[in-house]
Amino acid sequence: MAEMKVVEKIMAANDQIAEQNRRLLDERGIVTVNLMASPGAGKTSLILCTVEALRGRLRVGAIEGDTASRVDADRVATAGVPVVQINTGGGCHLDAPMVRYALNRLPLDEIDLLLIENVGNLVCPAGFALGEHVNVVIASVPEGDDKPYKYPGMFSVVDAVVINKTDLLPYLDFDMVAFRELIAGLNPEARIFEVSCKTGEGIEAWADWLAGMCS
Amino acid sequence: MHELAITEDILRVAVEHAQRAGAQRITAINLVIGDLSSIVDDSVQFYFDFLSPGTLAEGAQLHFERVAARFRCRECGQEFTPQDRDWRCPRCQAVGGEVIAGKEFYVDSIEVE
Repeated sequence: MAEMKVVEKIMAANDQIAEQNRRLLDERGIVTVNLMASPGAGKTSLILCTVEALRGRLRVGAIEGDTASRVDADRVATAGVPVVQINTGGGCHLDAPMVRYALNRLPLDEIDLLLIENVGNLVCPAGFALGEHVNVVIASVPEGDDKPYKYPGMFSVVDAVVINKTDLLPYLDFDMVAFRELIAGLNPEARIFEVSCKTGEGIEAWADWLAGMCS
Repeated sequence: MHELAITEDILRVAVEHAQRAGAQRITAINLVIGDLSSIVDDSVQFYFDFLSPGTLAEGAQLHFERVAARFRCRECGQEFTPQDRDWRCPRCQAVGGEVIAGKEFYVDSIEVE
């Protein structure tokens, strides 16, 4: 019997396809954002607000990931956005092959900014590269200010944190200072955007940040 | 749920390396998994028992080496293990830190005959 040293990263197969996706997106000049959040944090609402805020400035496309249904894709399509729905059939995250499938079905020549709505889950989406340029997590005020304690794997890898539903701050015990302190300690490079998809507050700064990456 | 895809990849890595070495059989696969990588050992074992029969890794033992999360304080450089709801540096009380361990996730070695 012999022990053989291997030291090979698991998920190399996914990472390889993610790299191919990234190359395709780079060739087409499409900036791609992986939007991750719990179910109900407002991923689809943020996509709709972003589309409105960028109308006339950038052409937005979307990939909608869900375990089942076309509900989200239909909402986004109504806004005139080219969209592909991926149903993972119970799977808890999108992976690179699913995104490749979607890219083959999107009019890439008509898209400047691609928003990928990952499956509602704060655990495994952080571990699966898709080919994206930017990773964003949306946390919402009703979920509480202690989310980073529970999901450090997610909050430590993202480029930006969007805090949605700030219109509910007066009614809930969400401590924004403590939340920002946790993010700053774990991931000081992450941009933090406070927004309300309900009132539109803060959306402009978020949309400007995205637009800045596309120029 | 995602452990199925992950276990397929573990099996692929192990079998490829064993084949390249001309091994007859894999008797053990040694995995290193950080506590922040959201992998459940029992779930990997469950899928492995389902996927491995008929491969070189049939009957192999899975060994899980767990790596605890470690932070390095951004203020004073102290390294520490974050506790449940307490991420303060034990030396200077700054909150959080750079994640220096806990995200590992790889096949470290295999044992073959």
